[in-house]
Amino acid sequence: MTKITDFSKSFRNSKIVLGIVDEIKRITSQKWVLMEICGGQTHAIMQYGLDQLLPPEIELVHGPGCPVCVTPLDQIDRAHAIASLPNVIFCSFGDMLRVPGSDTDLFALKANGAQVRVVYSPLDAVRIAQENPDKEVVFFAIGFETTVPSNASSVLQAKALGVTNYSILVSQVCVPPAMHAILSSPHNRVQAFLAAGHVCAVMGYWEYHPIAEKYKIPIVVTGFEPLDLLQGILFSVRQLENSQYFVENAYSRAVTEKGNQIAQKIIHQVFEPFDRNWRGIGRIPMSGLSLREDFEFYDAENRFQVDHIQTREHEICIAGEILQGLKKPIDCPAFGSLCTPNNPLGAPMVSSEGACNAYYRYSTIGFSKEGL
Amino acid sequence: MDDNISIFEGPVCPAPLSHHDTIVLGHGSGGLMTHNLIKHVFKSAFSNPMIDAGNDFANAPLPETLTKGRLSISTDSHIISPIFFPGGDIGKLAVCGTVNDMSMSGSTPLYLTASFILEEGLPIKELEIIVNSMQKAAEEANVAIIAGDTKVVEKGKGDKIFISTTGVGWLSDHKKIGGEMAQPGDAILISGDIGDHGIAVLSARGDLGFQTDLKSDVAPLNHLIQSLVNKIPNIHVLRDPTRGGLATTLNEIAKQSSVGMLIKEELIPVKPVVQNACEMLGFDPLYVANEGKVIVILPHEFKEKAIEIMQQNQYGGKTAYIGDVVSNHPGHVVLQTIFGTTRMLEMMAGEMLPRIC
Amino acid sequence: MCLGIPGKIIEIENSVGMRMAKIDFGGVIRSACIEAIPEAKVGDYTIIHAGFALNILSEEEAHETLSLLQEITDLNEELNTHD
Repeated sequence: MTKITDFSKSFRNSKIVLGIVDEIKRITSQKWVLMEICGGQTHAIMQYGLDQLLPPEIELVHGPGCPVCVTPLDQIDRAHAIASLPNVIFCSFGDMLRVPGSDTDLFALKANGAQVRVVYSPLDAVRIAQENPDKEVVFFAIGFETTVPSNASSVLQAKALGVTNYSILVSQVCVPPAMHAILSSPHNRVQAFLAAGHVCAVMGYWEYHPIAEKYKIPIVVTGFEPLDLLQGILFSVRQLENSQYFVENAYSRAVTEKGNQIAQKIIHQVFEPFDRNWRGIGRIPMSGLSLREDFEFYDAENRFQVDHIQTREHEICIAGEILQGLKKPIDCPAFGSLCTPNNPLGAPMVSSEGACNAYYRYSTIGFSKEGL
Repeated sequence: MDDNISIFEGPVCPAPLSHHDTIVLGHGSGGLMTHNLIKHVFKSAFSNPMIDAGNDFANAPLPETLTKGRLSISTDSHIISPIFFPGGDIGKLAVCGTVNDMSMSGSTPLYLTASFILEEGLPIKELEIIVNSMQKAAEEANVAIIAGDTKVVEKGKGDKIFISTTGVGWLSDHKKIGGEMAQPGDAILISGDIGDHGIAVLSARGDLGFQTDLKSDVAPLNHLIQSLVNKIPNIHVLRDPTRGGLATTLNEIAKQSSVGMLIKEELIPVKPVVQNACEMLGFDPLYVANEGKVIVILPHEFKEKAIEIMQQNQYGGKTAYIGDVVSNHPGHVVLQTIFGTTRMLEMMAGEMLPRIC
Repeated sequence: MCLGIPGKIIEIENSVGMRMAKIDFGGVIRSACIEAIPEAKVGDYTIIHAGFALNILSEEEAHETLSLLQEITDLNEELNTHD
């Protein structure tokens, strides 16, 4: 039997990719609007130019699946304030380094002497804390449910090892409440969802049945390779063409209905849901995850009093509308001119899986971007 | 403390220094300590008539066989961390970097100067290894290191060692190679696998916690390039895709020449381990640094001959044709994916950072 | 938000109460936490995200998916030749 690492490549097989595209073209009889929730999926679509293969009737809009993009500005400002403290080593995923706050970003703070380190995993931040017992190590714990188990494990490990100079600044969000928020908006155009494959690997997809029922909308659990994405699109269009709306799993090698219950247990042991602000969208009930009382000690918000944060959003940035799929990056007057990856006005242009960034970097539509 | 010393080869200076095994401020003061450091570490490695003369200048002859032409001069600074990495060290990088920069004009590199800024506390053993590594690379490239300088800074004011090199070479008049020379219809070649250096160094740095067997591709390319330009007179562009990777360098050339480029993803040579490391971290191999590769842009009719010549050199074994210069979309590089779709290949914006999304 | 690629478990160890493993991503080795996949053994493949193993990949399901997609492709090819 062929090894699975070869399967990554098998899910990029050109012949089958074009075969599935043919099938999508064959069955599509009218316009449909599909949303992919996950920034990683947006990135893959743009990287492989999959949207160019689809029939013109299929419109892909990009959802708020970019935890960088939806982290509220005041939390970013708080992160910057903590990173500026003299005794702090501030650890973060690479995604957050260039995200602009009201005044600055982590890169600029680093240039001014702040100790900012990029880590691949929060567990690496715990190790940094062990190696630097005289410093406070803070990890910027952003992410959707995919990342939450890793963030939770870092807290559990710190506790087990007796590492007291470690804390996390939390900005974690959940997908289902976001889907509710998008679908219940009066301006909603989304007719089917490609659900985030790795979020579902953790959480399963049992939570989506009531959403599909309530809004009468197909939801297809979708992976990240070109064939995964096209399969997700095919299954969605099939349902739409047949007026069906149920939850389907197009990423069965990685996802089960129940998900990973141990990972879910780890999440619930350390975090609990609360009402969270999503940047550009607003407050979504029970959509965030914060530390439980038992683990308050590891909450950087408690540990560091950083007051006097004055938050200022950029006036022109339409990140909110883009994150909800109401507008495309090219609809923004600043796209490619005032707002570029080198000079971003908002998070979707900075974050490598933000829609604006993906469009700017990959899209050949943005060709005349200098004179947009 | 650096315990990576065992992973690279290189002779150790046989002359032991008395009572100092690390660099101290005195080594940069210009007095006896400086003199001894130069004698026992630098001169003993770089020995040649010009350096042995012991002056503050070097009078260097131009070889008699040279045809009418011009001086070719290039300078660079090297600040890599870690200073020792699989496949090389900062010394080898410094020599190869400047030799390669000069070679990209088609010139013959002849001489190098090397200036060192040393941080107090640098183990002299490490300095010896680096200096010997430079000499070895210089010998392979057939250049001589003929002048230099040493300064010492306090601990904390320098990252172990910084090296600046200036190269002097000779460019025959008939050669016209440069970034502005690419023309629509030209073929674009790359001399081998991309991304080796960047990923090898990142792995050695250890911050992202991954290990590979990958070695940096750092190498002097002047012989490879000479063999090419001597046999094919109309090479238009030569450039090494260092920081910013293949994509950034192609963009530079496209803008300089006001041409477009169409690159085919399936033709680009990448080692699976580099591809996998990039996928794990969220990088694109097209933006990862190389230190032993050259982009060659030349008229299409010479493409096959060029590939044959380059593949015969030890550093060009995997030379591949990767795309064409076109008149559409001037100043921009477009990538054609394995599915026939296209995407823009922009210049790298800022530093490449690992992502979770 | 989900950058994760498949890797093979090549070694399992216990690191102060946390089950860790060495993962091989085709020549790239990194350690990851496998607390959430206690049944995993050396040789299994898993998706790693931010240093944490999310699941055990099912080769059977992967085969099934590919067969299904191949079937659709073949059928379409047939349809196209008959057109």
